[in-house]
Order: sequence, then C-alpha cells, then structure tokens
Amino acid sequence: MTRLAVNRLKERKPDAAAVDRFLTRHEVPIVEGDRCTFLWRGEADEVFVVQRIVGLPERLPLRRLWGTDLWYLVLELPTGSRINYQIEVRRGEHLERGNDPLNPKLSYSPVGTSSVCFAHGYVTPDWTEPDPDARPGELTELVVQSRALRRDCRVTLYLPARFRPTAAYPLLVVHDGDDFLQYAAAKTVLDNLIHRLDVAETVVAFVHPQDRLSEYANSAAHARFLTRELVPRLEAELPLVGQRSGRCLLGSSFGAVASLATAYRAPDVYGSLALMSGSFVFTDIGGADHGGGPVFDPVVRFVNRYRQRPRRVADRLFVSCGVYEPLITYNRSVVHTFESTGMTVRFVETRDGHNWENWRDTLRDALSWVYPGPQKLVYE
Amino acid sequence: MRVVVLGPQRRPTLDSVARGMDLPGPVATVTAGWQEREPDDAELDALLGGRSANLRLHGRWQDVLVKDPEYAAAELEHRAALRELQELYLVQIDGTLRALREVGRYGGSRAEVREAARADTEAAVRLVDERHLVRVREARDAFEARWRPGERLAAAEHRAEIRQIMDAAAALVVAGGHVGVLLHVLRLFAVGAAPVVIAWSAGAMALTERVLLFHDRAPHGPAHAEFLDAGLGWIPGCVLLPHARRRLRTDDAARMAELAGRAAPARCVVLDDGVRLDLGEHGALPPGARTIGPDGRIGDVA
Repeated sequence: MTRLAVNRLKERKPDAAAVDRFLTRHEVPIVEGDRCTFLWRGEADEVFVVQRIVGLPERLPLRRLWGTDLWYLVLELPTGSRINYQIEVRRGEHLERGNDPLNPKLSYSPVGTSSVCFAHGYVTPDWTEPDPDARPGELTELVVQSRALRRDCRVTLYLPARFRPTAAYPLLVVHDGDDFLQYAAAKTVLDNLIHRLDVAETVVAFVHPQDRLSEYANSAAHARFLTRELVPRLEAELPLVGQRSGRCLLGSSFGAVASLATAYRAPDVYGSLALMSGSFVFTDIGGADHGGGPVFDPVVRFVNRYRQRPRRVADRLFVSCGVYEPLITYNRSVVHTFESTGMTVRFVETRDGHNWENWRDTLRDALSWVYPGPQKLVYE
Repeated sequence: MRVVVLGPQRRPTLDSVARGMDLPGPVATVTAGWQEREPDDAELDALLGGRSANLRLHGRWQDVLVKDPEYAAAELEHRAALRELQELYLVQIDGTLRALREVGRYGGSRAEVREAARADTEAAVRLVDERHLVRVREARDAFEARWRPGERLAAAEHRAEIRQIMDAAAALVVAGGHVGVLLHVLRLFAVGAAPVVIAWSAGAMALTERVLLFHDRAPHGPAHAEFLDAGLGWIPGCVLLPHARRRLRTDDAARMAELAGRAAPARCVVLDDGVRLDLGEHGALPPGARTIGPDGRIGDVA
C-alpha cells in the first residue's frame, strides 16, 4: 500500500514553505483508501477532531508534525462513509470549537453547520440535485385549525407534477417538514424520484411542529391532529387513495417517534411508516438512567411500554439508521420487536451519522419501498 | 393480420421496417403509453414518412373522464380494486416463490423426494399466477358489464372516430411506454387490428395473451416477476421481455428458469435493441428469435 501523504511529508522534515505547498496540493481531509487525514495549522496546546461516531471518543487528538505548526490525525473510515465534525483548539485555558478552516465542505442543519468528510466511495446521489428534465411538483401552504393542538397548524403540501383530480394519490405525511424541505432537499428528491419512476406520484403533507420536543415525544394531541384532523381533511379535499395502503407517516429522530406513536394510537389507519434514525431509546430496567435527559423521559416510557407489549401498528415499516449514531443499537434492537408483531420490516443501515444528509440520502430507499413507482409497468 | 415485433426503439429501426413493407395507406399510431407525452410524436411521424394518424387514445381517455364524471368515479374505484388484487397477488406469489427457492436449496440426500416437493411447489406458483389472471378478468368483466364503457356517450363518440381511422389504415403501430395504460385504452376504445401491426416494448406486450411485469434493477433490489393481466391476444404463445438484459439478471440461470417455467407453455421471448420478429401463423416465432429455455439460458429458436 502507498504510504500516506502526511507520512511522506513527515519524512522530508518540512519547513513552512513545504507545508504551504502540501496544503495547496491536497484537499482536506486527505482521503487515501480507507484512511482520512485531518489537518489543522497554527499554534495551539492541543487540537481535536470533535465528532459523534459511536464507539470512538468524542474528541480525537491531533498530533503536531515535528518542527512545524501542522497538526494531523489519521482516521480509518470505511468505504462509503460520511461524517460531520468540527475542530477544537485549546490555547491555555481557552477552548475554541468551529468548522475546519481547511475544508470548505459543510453540512447544514437547523442548529448550524459543521464540516463534513466524505470517505472514499461516498458519492452524493445525483437524484438529490435539481434535474432540469424532472417536471417540478408544486408546493402550496395550508392552515389547519387544530383543536387537538389548540393552534393553527401550517402544513406545506406537495402536489406532484401533472396532478390530476381524476387520479388517486397515496399520501405521505412528513414530520419536521421545513427541515426536510430545507436540509434534505425533499422537494428536489420527490421531483426526481417521481420523474425517474422510482416513486409513485404522491401527495406529501409536510407538517411543522411548534414545540417539537413535546409534540413529537409520544403526544396524544399530536396523534389526534394527524389522524383525526389532518388526514381526514386532506382526504376530503384531495384525490387521495383514502385507505390504509395509501397512508404513510415519515419522520427522523423524534419525528420517527412521533410517527410510531401516532400509528400506535391508530393501528388501522396507516399502511406504512418510514422511521429514520428513530430516537427509540429504552431501558431494560424501568428506573435506569437512559442518558437522554428529561426530554427523553416520555419517549423512553413509550418505547419501554411498546417493547413490553409490542403490537402491529402498520403493515410495512421502513427503518433506517446510521451506523455511527449512538441510536444504532436501539434501532437494531427495536427492529426485532417490530418484526415480532408480523409487520413487514425493511431495515437499512447507512455509514453516516445523525444528520440531514443521511436522511436525504435514505429517501430513495424509503420512498421507493413504501410507494414504488411505475417502473415495472413502463417499457419504452 | 401480419404482426412484426421490434426491439426497443432507442435507436429506431421502425423507418426501415415500414419502408420495406411498402404500406399502401396511412398508418394509425398508438402512443398512449407515453401518457401526457402522447402528442410528442413528430419523430415517430417522420419515421413513418409523415403518414401517421395518431389515435390519441390517452387524450381521448382523459376527455372521457372529464366529460363523464360518473364513469370516472367508477373507473377510479375499479382501478383501486385492481391495485388491491395486484398487491394481494404479490403477497401470495412472494410466499410461494420463497417456498420454491427454499425447496430448491434443501440439502437432503433423496433427490426423488426433493423433486416431488419441487414439482408440487411449482404447481402452487402456477396456480397463484393463473388464479390471479382469472380474478383480474372477472373484475374487468364485472366492471364492463355494469358500466358498459363503450356504450356511454363520451366514449362511444371516440370509438366511432377511431373506427373511421382504422378502416382507412394500412397498418397499426403501437409504441412502448406504460403497459397498463396501453392495455386499458386499447380495450376502452376497442381498437381493432389492421392488416399490418408493428409494435415494440410495452406496445407489443399489450398484444400478447398474458402480460408479465419484471424488474430486477429497482432501487430496492430485484422484485418478483408478476402477471398483470391478459393482453389483447394478437400475439399468442409468447411472453415478451423487452429490455431483458437491462432489466433482468439474465446471468442468473435459476431465476430465468423459474421465469420460463411460470410462462410455459408460452415462451419467454427476449426483445433487446435491434430485434425484429416477423411472426408467422398463430404467432410462430421466426428462426433466430431469442427465448429463455427451461434451463434458464437464452438461446435461438431453431
């Protein structure tokens, strides 16, 4: 195997000009096979790569290249991986954390940005980028006066291109709608996957929480809003299939909990659920510390109860989780619980973390399984 | 009726085929499989020397749905019922095909015991396929008996216009696209045969006795092949597989053998780019046609 670029540099006992040239020649992190070299340059007492890969310490120290102000860390990352990270620098008592100044690639989320490392073999799926050949669907805004939630609920509706009142469309309800649209390119993905016949023409209702951590943590009010208010109204006003096989709830993280909890309260209503990186934290002994803090208390109570008395809540479940997420163990475990009820479960693991790009990249697997497109019917 | 089946027309051969047949009149065309792109047929018209008359079956269907809301609602309900039938059939065929494959992998030492189990499981697979096609036909017959779509005013006017075009046509050309839509509109408007029929891809599938859907390269992995419905039956004895090499794992002989077994006694005919099959009496395949044998391998018809 060819020696790593940073090792070749080290052997040359580089001066500042050589480090300059080295950084000009390489994209950072430097990806060589399954090794990724993280770099930082400057004066500091300690430098860390901060990430949340389960099984690794959160802060991984960089080493200083002797005689220079260049710091480096070589990390093994399997093919196809994608990780978000930041750089932390300590100077005396002062700690500073931020994105990698040597890496322009960023990952976006509602809580800000982080640097992103694409390991060997990771390719951003082309169906996440706008395709001029794909006819665009339409986004419209709707307000539902919810007695359950005691507020006016804004809902963003996606109507597929060539929407016809004489057709019958399946319905997909997406939790954290604004975030899926903004950070997971949901409209572009829908336009493309429908255009490519991977996914059926679908009406999508993007719902937006007000107090996410309470509404999505096994809230009866949220479930009532979806099942008794939103879905009936959409089915009354739009040409929808209007039966279980044509109704699906999708969510990630707490949104997945909200999807499961809603279907749990209405087991005859929804045919499918798409649960991405579900926050399905549980404890095997009731009083044990689950480590999630108070916001997770209702979730843990719900998941514990579900695991004790699992029941069928839909016909088909798409479950996915990144293998670098702390939630991977819970998700692997709960899949067996789902299967034990006779539901058809498709479980997909990705080499990614708890982030929006992961959920964006998983949308094709999820949607083409839940609502397959007419590809099998089309022979040009 | 003379029937010519072509391979997919990404690189068109239709022009040379049509020229070689020296057709004495206009050519009726069906591009309904393209759905909303149905009118985009300038290239097709050019390939036919500017003599095409598009039957506009998709546009006429949409017109019927708009003008006859009562029928539109009934048809929507009918399509939903057919969709459910298809979904339940997929559940059934999934179970029986899994059993067939499991029996094939069984590691016992008595070949005759396993062979008997395999034959029984194959029979179960064929039963599920056959019963599904019967159920679909029954549902369709019941729908047509109740709603008599051809006799309703909106559709009847279109039928009359189509009949006029067909009476003058020297040939009928049926392009590919969405095979379910093609089948539906060809039946709805009772499109009859012309002296010469040229068809490819979904257009040709719709003219067979049984339409088999297949796709091993779907995003979520290979799916079971599934029968959709009876076709018009103008091409007897064949199950057509357009784009076979692109859509099927043709190197998986066991899977291909399974497909051939389900299609039997019809033959699975491979329709890849550039293929031209001039069918004989009763759909007889010409020498050189490529079919899937009982061993799952693709070979020439002698």
